[in-house]
Amino acid sequence: MPINFDSALGINEDALILRTQRAEILANNIANADTPNYKARDIDFSAALSGAQSSMQLKQSSTHAGHQTNLLMPDHSQALVYREAIQPSIDGNTVDLQQEMARYTDNSIRFQGSFQILNSSFKGLAKAIKGE
Amino acid sequence: MSLSNVFDIAGSAMSAQSIRLNTVSSNMANAQSVSSSEGETYKALKPIFKVNVPTPDQVRRRDPAIMAGQGVSVTEIVKSDAPLRMVYEPNHPMANDEGYIFYPNVNIVEEMADMISASRSFQINTEIMNTAKQMLQKTLTLGN
Repeated sequence: MPINFDSALGINEDALILRTQRAEILANNIANADTPNYKARDIDFSAALSGAQSSMQLKQSSTHAGHQTNLLMPDHSQALVYREAIQPSIDGNTVDLQQEMARYTDNSIRFQGSFQILNSSFKGLAKAIKGE
Repeated sequence: MSLSNVFDIAGSAMSAQSIRLNTVSSNMANAQSVSSSEGETYKALKPIFKVNVPTPDQVRRRDPAIMAGQGVSVTEIVKSDAPLRMVYEPNHPMANDEGYIFYPNVNIVEEMADMISASRSFQINTEIMNTAKQMLQKTLTLGN
C-alpha cells in the first residue's frame, strides 16, 4: 500500500488553504462595509474545492521542469462570485456586516475543524513512522 | 500566506475608519466657526473610501482572495458642497455689510451617526484581526 502525503492528508490540506483565502475575502468585504458601490464577494467553496481536487490530479501531467506543479487551484478565481444583496442600499454597497461577520466566524470555526483533522493525520503518520 | 493578508486588510480598514473619525472630530470642533464670507467659512470634510484593487502583477497570480480586493483606502478628503447656514445677526462682530454671518454646513446629527458608524467599523475590524491571529497561531501548532 503506497503511502503519500496526498492520500494521507486528503482533502483537508486544500480545505485549509481555501479557508484562509476565504477569510481574506470576507475580511475584505468587512473592510469595505462603508465603501460606496462596493459589491460583496465570496467564493463558491465546493466549486473551489473540487477545482483544487482536479488540479491535484493534474500535477502528475507536467512534462517540463518549468511547469508549475504546485499551482494550487488554477481556475479557482472562477469560483469568486458576487453576493446577492438582501436589500438595496443608497450608496450601492451590498455588504451586510452581520452576515459577513457570521460567515467569517463560521469560516474560522471550520478552519479549526479541518485543522484538527489534519493535525491528527500528522500525528497518525508520526506514530506510524516511530512504530508505536 | 493568505492569513497574514487579513491583517493588512483589517489594518487598512482601521486606518481608513480613523481618518473618518478624524474628519468627524474636525467637523464637530468647527461646527460653530462662523465667518463673514462664504469663501472663508469652514466646510464639512468627508473622506472618500475606495476598495484597493489588485495590481496587474497580482492579477497574474490569479489568487481569488487577491482578485476580490485588498482592503480599503481613503483616496481623498472632499469638502461638502451642502449650502452654508446664513444667519442674520447684525450685532455679531463678524457680520458682513448686510448683517449676515455664515455658519459651516456641518450637520451635527449626521456627524454623530458617522462617528458611531466609524467606531463600530473599527471595532469589528479589530475582531477580524483577532480571529485571524487565532487561526494563524493554531496553524503554527500543526503537528504538535
